[in-house]
Amino acid sequence: MFAFPFMKLEALPWIILFLPLAAAGIITLFTLRNAKWSARLSVGAVVAGFLLSVVFVFVAGWEPRVREVTANWLTIGEGLRVDFGLHFDPLSLLMLLVVTGVAGVIHIYSVGYMRDDPGYPRFFASLSLFTFSMLGIVLANNFIQLFIFWELVGVSSYLLIGFWHARPAAADAAKKAFITNRLGDFGFLLGILTVWGALGSLNFSDLQEKLASDPAALGALATVAGLLVFCGAVGKSAQFPLHVWLPDAMEGPTPVSALIHAATMVAAGVYMLCRILFVLNAPALEVISYIGGFTALLAALIAIQQDDIKRILAYSTLSQLGYMVMAVGLGGPTPAMFHLTTHAFFKALLFLAAGSVIVAAHHEQDIWKMGALRTKMPVTFWTFMAGTLALAGLWPFSGFFSKDSILAQALSRHNVLLFAVGLFVAVLTTFYMFRLIFVVFFGSTKSGHAEHAHESPPVMVWPLRILAVFALVGGVIGIQGVYALQFGGEGAGPAAGVVERLIGPWREAPVAAVCGLAAFVAGLGAAYALYAGADEDPLPEKLGGMSIAMRNRFYFDELYQATVIRLHDGLAAVAAWIDRWIIAGVCVRGIHGTTELLGRALRLLQTGNVQTYAFLFAAGVALVLYFVLGK
Amino acid sequence: MHAGLEHYLAVSALLFALGLFGVLVRRNVLVIYMSLELMLNAANLALVSFSSYRNNPDGQVLVFFIISVAAAEVAVGLALIVALYRKRKTTHVEDLTTMKL
Repeated sequence: MFAFPFMKLEALPWIILFLPLAAAGIITLFTLRNAKWSARLSVGAVVAGFLLSVVFVFVAGWEPRVREVTANWLTIGEGLRVDFGLHFDPLSLLMLLVVTGVAGVIHIYSVGYMRDDPGYPRFFASLSLFTFSMLGIVLANNFIQLFIFWELVGVSSYLLIGFWHARPAAADAAKKAFITNRLGDFGFLLGILTVWGALGSLNFSDLQEKLASDPAALGALATVAGLLVFCGAVGKSAQFPLHVWLPDAMEGPTPVSALIHAATMVAAGVYMLCRILFVLNAPALEVISYIGGFTALLAALIAIQQDDIKRILAYSTLSQLGYMVMAVGLGGPTPAMFHLTTHAFFKALLFLAAGSVIVAAHHEQDIWKMGALRTKMPVTFWTFMAGTLALAGLWPFSGFFSKDSILAQALSRHNVLLFAVGLFVAVLTTFYMFRLIFVVFFGSTKSGHAEHAHESPPVMVWPLRILAVFALVGGVIGIQGVYALQFGGEGAGPAAGVVERLIGPWREAPVAAVCGLAAFVAGLGAAYALYAGADEDPLPEKLGGMSIAMRNRFYFDELYQATVIRLHDGLAAVAAWIDRWIIAGVCVRGIHGTTELLGRALRLLQTGNVQTYAFLFAAGVALVLYFVLGK
Repeated sequence: MHAGLEHYLAVSALLFALGLFGVLVRRNVLVIYMSLELMLNAANLALVSFSSYRNNPDGQVLVFFIISVAAAEVAVGLALIVALYRKRKTTHVEDLTTMKL
C-alpha cells in the first residue's frame, strides 16, 4: 500500500456519505424549479461518490480487519453511548461500491426515463436522499445508527413509491409499504433493546467481541433476540408474512423499482443479517432459513401467472430475496451476499430494460399487449436476455455462481428439503422469465403500441449495457472472494484467477452445479413448449383453480384485509368512541356542565332584592353569635 | 314587680327583633328605614340599661354619640332615598332590582 496520510484518507467515506444528502438539500432548497440542475446535482453526487469509493477501496485495500471512525453523538450516564461512526470491512466496502455504482447507473437512466415528468427535480431530490440513507445503512457501526438510517430508507421509499401522489393506487401503495415496514421495525427495535439490555453495548465490533469471548452471554434470550432482530429483515426484505408491500410498490416509477425494490433497499435486510450474524444462534438461524425458503417458493409460484411485466419482476425479486435469507439461515453469509451483489446487477438491469420496454409501448405494462419487440428494440432485447440468463443461472453468467453457492450451502448442511425447494424455485424462475421473454420479445405483435415501438435513447440504453456486462461477468471477478475474506468459507481469495473461478463450482460442489443447470434446462423447455408463439396464456386452462389462486397472489392481501385491517379498524372505532363519549363527553363536558350548574344555583342567591340580602346578613350574624356564645 | 336589668334587656331585644323584622319584611323604603332606626334605638336602650345598673356613665355618654351620628346618618339616608325616588318614581323596594345578576 502507499504511505498515504491516513487522516486524509479517512475523510473520504464521510464525503461519500454526505454528498448525496448535500445534493438533496440543495435541490430542495434552491433548484426545485430547475430540472437540469437538479439532475446534474443528483447524478454528480452519486457518480462522484462512486469514483471516490473506488479510490478509497483501491488505496485502503480489502483488509479483513475492521477500521472505524467515530464521533460521539449521545451519552446518557454509564449505560447508553451512541456514536455516529463508519465501519469498514470487506462487507461494507464492497457494498459501498455496489450501492454507489448501481445507484449511479440508475440515476443516469432516470435522466432519460423521467424527462417529461413535472416532478423531475423532486424525483432527484428523493433519489439522493435515498442514496444517502442507503449508504448510511451500509456504513453504520452501531445498532442505533443503523436503525435511524433504516427508517430513513423507509421514508425515501415512501416518497418515491408515492411519487405520483395524485394517483390513489400509488398513495395507497406507499402507505402500505411504510406501515408494513414499521411492523417489522417494531420487532427490530425490540430486538435491539434486548441485545443492548443483555450485553450493554450497541456497537457492532464491541458486540462481536463480547459474544466471541462469551458465547452464552445472551443467555435464555438468545433465540428471542435473534428472531426479533430478524423481524426487521422480514419487513425490509419483504419475507413472508410481510411480503405484501413489494408488488404494490411497483406503482412507483421504474427507476425507483430498480434501485430500491430490487438492488439496494430490499437487500438491506440481508445485509443487516450478515452484519449482525453473531447475534443469531442456531434455532434462530433455522427459523430464518425456512422462512426464506418458503418466501422463495411462494413468490415464484405467484410469478408464473402474473401478466404485468413489473409485477413478474417484483415477485422474482421476492423469490431471490428468499434465496438470500435462506442462505443466511443455512449458515452461509458468503453465498447470501454474493447472490445479493449479482442480483443487484441483473435485477436492476431487468427493471431498467423493462422500463425501456414500457416507455416504448407507451406506458403499457401488460405483457399480453406487447410482442415481437426483439426486432424493434435490439439493445433492450439483448440486455434483457443477458439479465434473464444471469437470473436463471446459466453458466458462465453471474447468477449461476451465486445460486450454485447457495444450493451447495444447503447440501453441505445436509438440508435436503431446502435444497429441493431451492432447485424447484430455480426451475420456476427460469420458467417465468422465459415466459416473459417469449411473450414480450418473440411471437407476433399483440397491440398497436407494440407496432410502433422503437429503441430508447442512449441515455437510457448505456446504463443497460453497463449493467449487462456486470450481470454477465459478475460471477468471476472476485466478488465471492472478497466476501469470503470477511466470513470465511469457500470461494478462492481475490488472488485466484478467472479460470479458477469459472470451474470452481464444478470441482467443489458438482451435484449442486449439475442440478442447477438441469433446472435451467427444465424451466426453459417448459416455457418454450407453452409460450413460444402463444397469443394468450395456456396455463389457466391447464391448472384451473391453482392458476386463479396464483393470479390473485394466493389471497394474502384479502386475508390481511379481513383480519388485520378489520381488527385495526375495530380498535380504531373503539378508541374513537372512548374519545368522543368518555374523554370529551364525560370528562371535559362533564366538568363544563357541573360548573355551569353550580353557577346557576348560586345565581339564585343574587336576587337584586335588598331585603333578601339583609335577611342573609341577619342570618349570618345569628350564626356567628351561636358559635361564639352557644358552644 | 321590680324591673331588673333583664327586663330592660328583654325590651331592647324585642325592639331589635321588631326592627329587624320590619327591615326584612316591609316593602316601603321609608318604613324599612324607620325600622332600621328602631334597631339602632334598641341598641341605645341596651347601652343605657347597662350603664344605669352598673352606675357607670360611659354607656350613657356613648348613647349621646350614637344619637348624633344617627341623626347625621338619617339626613344622608333620606337624601339618598329622595334621590332614588326621583330617579325611579317608586318607593316599593321590590321594584329596585338592578343589583340582580
